[in-house]
Amino acid sequence: MSATGLRDRVADLGDRDVGLVLAVLAVIYVVYVLAGVVFGYSLRGQLNSIANLTFYIGVFGMLALALNLHWGYTGLFNIGVVGFMGIGVYVTSVITKPPVAQGGAAQVGGFGLPLAVGVVGGVLAAALFGLLVALPALRLRADYLAIVTIAFSEIVRFTMMSRTFQTFQVPDTVLGIDLAADTVGLGGGGGLILNYPSPLEALLRTLFLWDPYLGFVGFVESNLIANNPKPVVDGVVYGLVLLLVVGLYYWLLTWTGKSPFGRVLKAIREDEDVANALGKDTNRFKLKSFVLGCALMGLGGILWYAGRGSITPPSFRPNITFFVWIALIIGGAGSNTGSFLGGAVFAALLYEGPRYFKNLVEAALDLGDGPGSFGQAMAAVGSLDPVPFFVYTLNSISQLRLVIMGVVLIWLMHNRPEGMLGHRKETASTIDLSRPDRRDAPEEAAATDGGERP
Amino acid sequence: MGVSETYVRGRRLVVDQPLAIVVGLIGLWMAWFLAAGLAAGRVQFHDVAALLWDGLLRGLIVGLAGIGLSMTYSILNFANFSHGDYITAGAFSGWAVTYLLAGLGEADVGSLLLVGAGGSVFGGALGIGVTTSPIAVAAGAVVAGVATVALALVIDRVVYRPIRDESGITLLITSIGVAFALRYLLVFVFGTDVRGTTAAGFVPRASVPVVDGTVRVTAHDATLLVVSVGLMLGVHLLLQRTKLGKAMRAMSDNEDLARITGIPTERVVRATWIIGGGLTGVAGYMFVLWKGTLGFNDGWLLLLLIFAAVILGGIGSIYGAIGGGIIIGVTASTSVIWVPSEFGRAAAFMVMIVILLFKPKGIFGGRTTA
Repeated sequence: MSATGLRDRVADLGDRDVGLVLAVLAVIYVVYVLAGVVFGYSLRGQLNSIANLTFYIGVFGMLALALNLHWGYTGLFNIGVVGFMGIGVYVTSVITKPPVAQGGAAQVGGFGLPLAVGVVGGVLAAALFGLLVALPALRLRADYLAIVTIAFSEIVRFTMMSRTFQTFQVPDTVLGIDLAADTVGLGGGGGLILNYPSPLEALLRTLFLWDPYLGFVGFVESNLIANNPKPVVDGVVYGLVLLLVVGLYYWLLTWTGKSPFGRVLKAIREDEDVANALGKDTNRFKLKSFVLGCALMGLGGILWYAGRGSITPPSFRPNITFFVWIALIIGGAGSNTGSFLGGAVFAALLYEGPRYFKNLVEAALDLGDGPGSFGQAMAAVGSLDPVPFFVYTLNSISQLRLVIMGVVLIWLMHNRPEGMLGHRKETASTIDLSRPDRRDAPEEAAATDGGERP
Repeated sequence: MGVSETYVRGRRLVVDQPLAIVVGLIGLWMAWFLAAGLAAGRVQFHDVAALLWDGLLRGLIVGLAGIGLSMTYSILNFANFSHGDYITAGAFSGWAVTYLLAGLGEADVGSLLLVGAGGSVFGGALGIGVTTSPIAVAAGAVVAGVATVALALVIDRVVYRPIRDESGITLLITSIGVAFALRYLLVFVFGTDVRGTTAAGFVPRASVPVVDGTVRVTAHDATLLVVSVGLMLGVHLLLQRTKLGKAMRAMSDNEDLARITGIPTERVVRATWIIGGGLTGVAGYMFVLWKGTLGFNDGWLLLLLIFAAVILGGIGSIYGAIGGGIIIGVTASTSVIWVPSEFGRAAAFMVMIVILLFKPKGIFGGRTTA
């Protein structure tokens, strides 16, 4: 086997992955567009639904990729994902929110710095807290690390909710610098109102694309959607930006995974003692991997929430961590392509799917308002009328969604713990280690390798 | 010579364990803060006593529920994240029965069985309390235990048994799936609202004098104390006097060896779920009786404290779980002396993290005394 053969194989693998991703995405989008057709959506409705779907595919893809660095590559069992997301977005908003005097409606102000500074600050803060958690915790067993990380994410949520950190008075001058900020804080249980220009606008302005973009929106308004098309176009374009960022995550993590650094990470995942015995300072490698993953999770959190009108602590419950884990396990830990696919399938099928299913059923059958509680639903079943129970089930779909996810997770762990693409052999070698092709050799030839077939 | 030896040892400590020094300094500061506060009258003795009492009761619940977690952790070798939702399930099943018995004839059966979902019936209006409706409370506690045992056995049969030989992490991830499925099934049936369950105004109370004031003790406090200590003693006797305890210890040590020796491992596992599930269900019921509210997140919020307690006491040791539970409960309650009240739980987590760093086998040395 020569180097060209290897290159062909790699290229082949890449093609297959790209093809697979495109095929899965195509199926998902076609199904959603068809569902839109059934609902009788206008173009605006279709674009809205697609923008929404793309948004969730983007964020879950991103977070699953970041988690894959922890769990898939390094074997770090982090179930505090949402904590790092929350730190990222809260720090970003505190840095970026205008000071109170300018903000008006919002009671808690910020430092009023550009969004780019805020994003960098948020990512750095997430990385810093990752370091803080990792320094003591990485020495622990996997299950202890799990408990520490989830406890950490709950502490983060309590901190967001606490009255102690609700507001701070910022001194007029710090180290001789006159700060615009007056009162800053985390906003307590009421959360923070994100009264700064939308991330999309900030991004396009930095790239000097804002005026062309407005021109494009005007074009859409005069030709396609007559009435105020900007929110719709914003949504679609933001979704595309997210997909672009997913691409960057994918490139960064694949590059990391193939680098010597990444090979050590995989060695740690397989057997930390061996990696240690080979002279690798495994703690240092784990630390770096953990911090990088946390930074990426922080960025994921920022991209998810920074475009919303406001953020509140209940958004940062451990449920989100659970979602990201399911996405990763569906896709398959250890494979970047799998992580993204898992994120996409999770977003389309389990996260958004049940809601669409409900709308679909409601569009098909006119069921009216269902019973308000389980008791009324069961009472009707008692009198041999299953319809109210069915309607109650449909109306509770946002809760049952989590039941479905739980069952899917159990099923996966029973039947396919490696997910769609997980545990794929990623050879940690620069030369080809595969067996020579023996297609032309007779099948019954004496086996010199213990009789194993490739 | 003595001085230089001390100096060398001190320097080695500073270099080797800077974190230990920091933790030690924080501990010293806390002790000084409390002593100075008590001396200056900033902190009242009876307030501290009330916090200790509250912490002890909270700790008993954590310990009681922790016994089951500790046992499954050491015998089945995985951290069961669905344990918190067993607590919630036990509480809901028990309280459904209590509502039914206390409110039969006053409200329709459906609302009673759903523990007043959507504000259809209120526990306070039914006059539920250990003195006002003792039979309903006793029956509820028993049903909570039995229902949780049944739930634990069914889930074990369907979910955990097929993957018994997988790694602890596989089982852990699976248990997270179980936790969410169970929690949101409970939401599906009982709704998301947090309901008041007891007629708080009608609970008899006594004032116990302490140095500069009094500490209030209610009948529900006393019930919790009696029930939990009684159950703990019962488990202690069961595991010390029967062969089951020995079999469990053998299994948590080495499962293969235990099987070769002729221990029916599956039967031991079943016994583990029965004991652990029963205690967990009763703990959930008593927790709700004691605090007077019931919501679908109760068990989950308690779970991390239970993990803290179990790790603190050393996995596999029921005495460790009880001791750890009391330490964690007292920490969570008394921490308000030093930090804002929102961080009580966070303080308990910090204690757990510190223990994990310095004594990952628990403060009782990780002896499995099951």
